[in-house]
Amino acid sequence: MLDKTLIGYAITPHTIEVEKGRLRFFAKATGQEDPVYLDEAVARKAGYRSLPVPPTFLFCLENEAPDPWEIQRVLKLDLPRLLHGEQSFTYHEPACAGDVLTFEPRITDMYERPERDLEFVVRETRVTNSHGVHVADLRVVIVQRSQARMK
Amino acid sequence: MSSVDYESLSVGQSLPPLRLPAITRTTLALYAGASADHNPIHIDIDFARRAGLQDVFAHGMLSMAYLGRLLTNWVPQRQIRKFSVRFLAITQLGTIPTCTGEVVEKWQADGEKLARVAIRISSETGEDKIVGEAIVVL
Repeated sequence: MLDKTLIGYAITPHTIEVEKGRLRFFAKATGQEDPVYLDEAVARKAGYRSLPVPPTFLFCLENEAPDPWEIQRVLKLDLPRLLHGEQSFTYHEPACAGDVLTFEPRITDMYERPERDLEFVVRETRVTNSHGVHVADLRVVIVQRSQARMK
Repeated sequence: MSSVDYESLSVGQSLPPLRLPAITRTTLALYAGASADHNPIHIDIDFARRAGLQDVFAHGMLSMAYLGRLLTNWVPQRQIRKFSVRFLAITQLGTIPTCTGEVVEKWQADGEKLARVAIRISSETGEDKIVGEAIVVL
């Protein structure tokens, strides 16, 4: 059973630098060959400070917290039974290699669907850069399946 | 990419589809490394079996990254305001995904021209894995 007294819990924030090599690796891993994501000269010509952070990469940086399993531990979730239910990004300002980004996550809701043996946890994260500019908002719904549903 | 023009955009218009190669263990290994999602359920068959599964399966966010490519192939990334999805089904090894999208709404607000697109990634058997939408400024 989810501990709903933890709705509102502020997960430990973290700050991380966006690295060019990581972005190039991510482009390779996702089959992205558009040179704006690979070549700094092309990126600058397109108006970016450096290689741009592609649309889903902020989620990757969010999970590079020093303790990425904090939410699982605090809520006593069972990693093998977890699924990604929903994910959203709202973009306010481009992020690029060289930026130093701060992630401030919070558990904002929890609910269950007992008829489907599923429990849900909602985490919302505010992302800002080192100039205090609001870069993006992330929202994830994590789903925990009951033991009976694992197959 | 040629720029998308608000005036000539029509509701119901399709985005150019994005066809991906089959998802292999190599795909998942590289994605795990690149995304820093080292959850063994995606990369370690022994772990997956102990968890009661037959095999590893793909990260949902790999498919969302593919949908991101669908969008950035269509408009420059800085024009994307919002991107949201629901994960409907697990993507198994061997899946050959295709990303598609269509314009479902266009409107003007606060001096900006906006469009909403419905997007999905499906398997070669036509099963939807992720559905979602994006809002872009044109």
